[in-house]
Amino acid sequence: MKIKYDRDACQGHNRCYMLAPELFDTDDEGYAILLVDGEIPSELEEKARLAADNCPEFAIEVIDD
Amino acid sequence: MPDVPRPPVKDWATDFDHTHPDYAANAPAILAELRETCPVAHTDRFGGAWLPTRHDDVARIAKDHEHFSSQGIIITDWRPEEPAPMGYAPPITSDPPFHAIARRFLLEFFSPKAIDGWEETARTTCRELIAQIKESGEEVVDVATAYAQHIPVRVIADMLDLPREDGDKFRVFIHRILEEPGQNTVDDWGETLDFYLQEKIAERRENLGDDLMSYLIKADIEGMALLDEHVRGTIALLIIAGIDTTWSALGSSLWHLAQNPDHRRRWTEDPAVQPFAIEEFLRFYAPVTMARLVAKDVEIGGCPMHVGDWTLLSFPAANRDPDAFERADEFIIDRQRNRHSAFGLGIHRCIGSNLARMELRVALEEWMAAFPDFELADPDAVTWSTGQVRGPRRMPFRLPH
Repeated sequence: MKIKYDRDACQGHNRCYMLAPELFDTDDEGYAILLVDGEIPSELEEKARLAADNCPEFAIEVIDD
Repeated sequence: MPDVPRPPVKDWATDFDHTHPDYAANAPAILAELRETCPVAHTDRFGGAWLPTRHDDVARIAKDHEHFSSQGIIITDWRPEEPAPMGYAPPITSDPPFHAIARRFLLEFFSPKAIDGWEETARTTCRELIAQIKESGEEVVDVATAYAQHIPVRVIADMLDLPREDGDKFRVFIHRILEEPGQNTVDDWGETLDFYLQEKIAERRENLGDDLMSYLIKADIEGMALLDEHVRGTIALLIIAGIDTTWSALGSSLWHLAQNPDHRRRWTEDPAVQPFAIEEFLRFYAPVTMARLVAKDVEIGGCPMHVGDWTLLSFPAANRDPDAFERADEFIIDRQRNRHSAFGLGIHRCIGSNLARMELRVALEEWMAAFPDFELADPDAVTWSTGQVRGPRRMPFRLPH
């Protein structure tokens, strides 16, 4: 599984950071920073889905291999 | 109370009035029926206004800055005179491109990590209020006024380094502006929010600190100090937008818990559910409805909106749209997929969302730890605010002491 994060769509709701801090950090202005480059460790796949499913701006997409 | 009672609403599809007490009491049912029968409602009141209730229409309007201006965000009988692009209370009343400039230098104060620093203030406040309630020994307590309303006031007062005792003044200003917009005339300039802020800003200029008000006074845009009305408008915004809203979300959440013993038990016995419960409170009881002014003629849901019309941006309606949420009309305490828009959508996403969410979490944690069981003393005694911010304003609970 991979994560596609659209920085232009992100409005800093911080839902991903709250649900999946292993995968997302926030910058000084509160916009998300994707921490994982490439394949998501399998134990974090559920959290990746949660982050994607709760983004009000549809800025996060999970891509299954 | 309004100077003149609002005339009764004849038909919510063609004559809606969100400032009417009937709306305050029944908003979720009214919005649900409109979504089914007339998804873009209209009224001739306020000089002409629209009320879209489908999630997609609300999202489209929130993200369309060409046809919709934020110069007016609270519907009144008149149109705002403050010129775009700044508006009365930047950045909420600002349009692109000025909006991004006015918003950017506030963001660092409201990021999740910056807000962590205020958690202790919120928690101490909650504990003090609960101690007062317990000491009173009263069996019936109005939790809207004895608890919920004080928490956001104290935190924002501390952030701006204004006296906490001024909280009572803030609530009067807010009531006038949000709950009875344009229905009050204040004859005495000395009693207005603008006058209050003018005084406080003048004092602060002589005695700058590291609070948010001092920061705004010192801030610049490309080397130019902010205009006085910019500083005043932004501080007015922080006071107006941060208090009624969080008070409402917290009040509604407690109102829900008072009537749902199974949800109280789940909250206490299964702490892992709490983050999901908080988002579900925000979805189900989203307190804030925004508004826009139509800046260019446009069609939404087949309805022709004309320049100068108002439109409400009903996030409460969007949040209960069955096309956007499974079992939308049910409160599901552990809802896993919840793209609610309680804090808005697009570039105007509530800048205080992290603060509000922290306050809601801490206030619920502390309340539930102190009072795991409670109930409404009299369901008919609960009253709800009118206007674009909806929450309980009187809410007597029966508390076991």
